[in-house]
Amino acid sequence: MATVTRARPRTPTPRTAPPDRRRPTIARARRRLGILYASPMALLVVVLFVVPLALMVWMSVNHWPLLGASSPNGVENYSALRDPLFLRAIVFTLKYTAVTTVVLGLVAFGLALLVQETRPGVGAYRTALFLPSVVGLASTSLLFYGLFNTEASPLNELVDFLGLGPVDWLGSTDNALASTVGMITWRFAGFYMLILMTGLQSIDPVLYEAARADGANRWQILWRVTLPLLRPTLALTMVLSLTGSLLAFDQFFILTGGRHETATVVISIYREAFLSQDLGRAAAVSVAILAVLIVVNGAQLRLLRRGR
Amino acid sequence: MSRARTAGFHVTGTALAVLFLLPMLWTLYSSVHSRRAADGGPGWGLDNYERLADYGSGVGAYLANTLVVAVVAVAVTVVATTLGGYALARLRFPGHNLLFIVTLAILMVPYTTILVPLYILLGWIGLQNSLVGLGLVLAMFQLPFGLFMMRSSFEALPRELEEAALIDGCTPGSALWRVLLRGVLPGVVTVGLFSFLAAWNEFVAPLIFLTDGAKFTLPVALFNLQSGSLGSVDFEALQAGVVTSALPCVVVFLLLQRHYVRGFTSGALKG
Repeated sequence: MATVTRARPRTPTPRTAPPDRRRPTIARARRRLGILYASPMALLVVVLFVVPLALMVWMSVNHWPLLGASSPNGVENYSALRDPLFLRAIVFTLKYTAVTTVVLGLVAFGLALLVQETRPGVGAYRTALFLPSVVGLASTSLLFYGLFNTEASPLNELVDFLGLGPVDWLGSTDNALASTVGMITWRFAGFYMLILMTGLQSIDPVLYEAARADGANRWQILWRVTLPLLRPTLALTMVLSLTGSLLAFDQFFILTGGRHETATVVISIYREAFLSQDLGRAAAVSVAILAVLIVVNGAQLRLLRRGR
Repeated sequence: MSRARTAGFHVTGTALAVLFLLPMLWTLYSSVHSRRAADGGPGWGLDNYERLADYGSGVGAYLANTLVVAVVAVAVTVVATTLGGYALARLRFPGHNLLFIVTLAILMVPYTTILVPLYILLGWIGLQNSLVGLGLVLAMFQLPFGLFMMRSSFEALPRELEEAALIDGCTPGSALWRVLLRGVLPGVVTVGLFSFLAAWNEFVAPLIFLTDGAKFTLPVALFNLQSGSLGSVDFEALQAGVVTSALPCVVVFLLLQRHYVRGFTSGALKG
């Protein structure tokens, strides 16, 4: 189109003129429509995401009580990061994250290997294993609170039957940690199983056949073919599991209320904000966690992309 | 050999399925059969549900609150991401890349960390302690997944479909309503389903944003039932509450299972 106009600059024929005038108006109409259609989303993103992010940084350098006026106080709020209680929460959260990621990852991978093949009856197993994942985490925690604390629950009857005596499932740091990891595995294994299964199914079966033809046994196939090709999916489940565990709140808030030194980082933000009623310090801790998680996720996503 | 392996598969599968279903089945069972389930005595009955119904403002009120939050969240998510997904897939406009990147950045920000400033912000715009405000916040957290899903749904539609509609006299706007929407309906259902499950089950956000007990959503009300009466928790009513809260999710999931799995296989969760 451009060459046509350049070739005949002074004699624009009526034939080419109408499209030239109409194109920009259609493009402009589409642009306007695009802005119109994108605006509800843009409004939500700006008002409920961008502004709060900026506000969080601003709050972190202000004395900001839950009730009453706020005033700038420099980096004083960031002393919350040196609070021994907060440091203990970091250690506990890291421990919980490490244990959960390993246990959950292994269980989910095992389940995914079991249900990846299409065969009669597999659909029912997939549904059964996934079903806990649609129950809310809060409801799950209340369910297990009952399971742990009711004498007649199948869990306690089993322990009784095995002669292991009554177990205080949530009575100490270690017990609460183990019980919670067990519950989280029950709740999330099916979810991660489904993601890993999607990854497994996208591996070309020809590769397995080739490996078998070369005389590889099942372990060699798992280590040399399946796992390397699954790396992007594994990295994704790692990101999800790490982020989820580092931000754990519902499960410990409901099961132990943070007692027995099981307060997580997010529980300590909550306490800072709504028990100590100091939103400035809560915001300072939030800013720090945000920075750390962006670095962690960024590194993991890079790993994910390199695997592709 | 092969038959033995098939048998082994079914034995393992069944054992695991039972293990995973057992906690839910136990809750269901103990909510209708316990020491206080039948006319205040042991046996089968709905007493646990009756005590739950009378708890606080009544379980009906909490269910209604949760439903309001879920409906607002689903409606806002679906409308915003359908329009936004169409705009980003088909209509070039200034800033479309920026909008896409900033929306996806919501995923990068751990959402519990921005709840404190959101609490203040909702106060400024008069939506603190409001079910609508809570629904809007929960919709915002669903935008990255929803936008990704809807954008790829629109991109998957053949361009000829839209061109044909334009030739037949549709404007880009009416083409969306009359022709394209039908094509992306599976995507809409998937986004709506994810949004519903997330909003219905949310715990921290309502715990922080809702200060008036009459406005509590079901998970927060149940938490109060558990923690409010230290030492004498009504475990049976609590189990009835867990069933009440979980049942709609299980039913909705079983009905729309195909769409849930679609959310995984579409690659939207694959990063």
